[in-house]
Amino acid sequence: MLWKDFNQGIIKENPVLRLMIGLCPTLAVSSNAVNALGMSVAVAFVLICSNWVIAAIRKITPDQIRIPIFIIIISTFVTISDYVMQAYTPELYQALGVFVPLIVVNCIILGRAEAFAYKNPVLNSILDGAGMSLGFALALISLGVVREILGAGTVFGLALFNPAVAATIMVLPPGAFIAIGVLMAALNKFENKVQ
Amino acid sequence: MELFGIFFAAFLINNILLIRFIALCSFFGVSTKIDTSVGMSLAVIFVMTISSAVSWLIFHAILVPFHLEFLRTATFILTIAALVQLEELYLKKMIPTLYRAMGIYLPLITTNCAILAVAFLAIDYRYNFVQSMVYSLGVSCGYSLAIILFAYIRERMALAPIPKWFQGYPIAFITAALMSLAFLGFTGMFGL
Repeated sequence: MLWKDFNQGIIKENPVLRLMIGLCPTLAVSSNAVNALGMSVAVAFVLICSNWVIAAIRKITPDQIRIPIFIIIISTFVTISDYVMQAYTPELYQALGVFVPLIVVNCIILGRAEAFAYKNPVLNSILDGAGMSLGFALALISLGVVREILGAGTVFGLALFNPAVAATIMVLPPGAFIAIGVLMAALNKFENKVQ
Repeated sequence: MELFGIFFAAFLINNILLIRFIALCSFFGVSTKIDTSVGMSLAVIFVMTISSAVSWLIFHAILVPFHLEFLRTATFILTIAALVQLEELYLKKMIPTLYRAMGIYLPLITTNCAILAVAFLAIDYRYNFVQSMVYSLGVSCGYSLAIILFAYIRERMALAPIPKWFQGYPIAFITAALMSLAFLGFTGMFGL
């Protein structure tokens, strides 16, 4: 049962590729693998912590004002991760820019709070948060790696081949749309084959 | 001239949807019909201009003097949520035609990250009040241009023969890629 809560966010209900939520940070920060990893860690921290707190106080939360309460809890954790990143990883913070405070309106986090953490015990909610974060990280990092290899000829900053033959468009904004479009089409095809 | 530069950069060069990737959920969600994308654009222009004015005033008149800058994330999102409710009540009573044109998109806008992003960006860029007004107007016009053009393309695409695996969202992303490529062509215009 617990395993199922963890498992379903990874592929079956992958937030980015299946539920089409959380697209903005996915496309914006996936121009290289390091940024993608940093963003995944920040989202995982906020999602797991907010799921935990919301599940813990779900019995004393008045139904009518639950959304503002969720938002306050989420924005607390976003502010923590914002300031921690600013202090310890300033370059990453510069690269992610406005997308760090924007985690607060990431539909994945409010969506999981409303759909899962508000109705389930603490442990299940933490596992759900972890699974969803892993699914998000998987989509984000695979996009980041593909775009970095094709666009700059490197992976996590290590050179693979001569950057002069790389397709620079893949690290520019249009490359993000192309990469995710092809990835989704491939997933459709794969799924059709399995069935 | 400086204000024109801010407007133009926000409108085309750093188009919020196609270049900066903010508010993409609504870009793919409501662009299947032209009517819905027009309603959404109107609502975005209206809400973004007002909310960026209010959040600029709150940041510079309340948070900065009391050294509470770390509260900006929580403050902005609650301000915007409250403001959208007020605007909805006001429009329903005073300008019902505009209210009907915007339809259900007005309440949905609370979760539209573009509104919050503009409030943050105007502060990050250290704009004064007038500059941040011009900036938010540019961003919301850019949003409208991109989403309405995209809706026109998607309406025509409904009739086109598309490879099976690409039907639905994949082809929409590829279309957006081509539009983004076109918008990339504005880079460097007027020395911006």
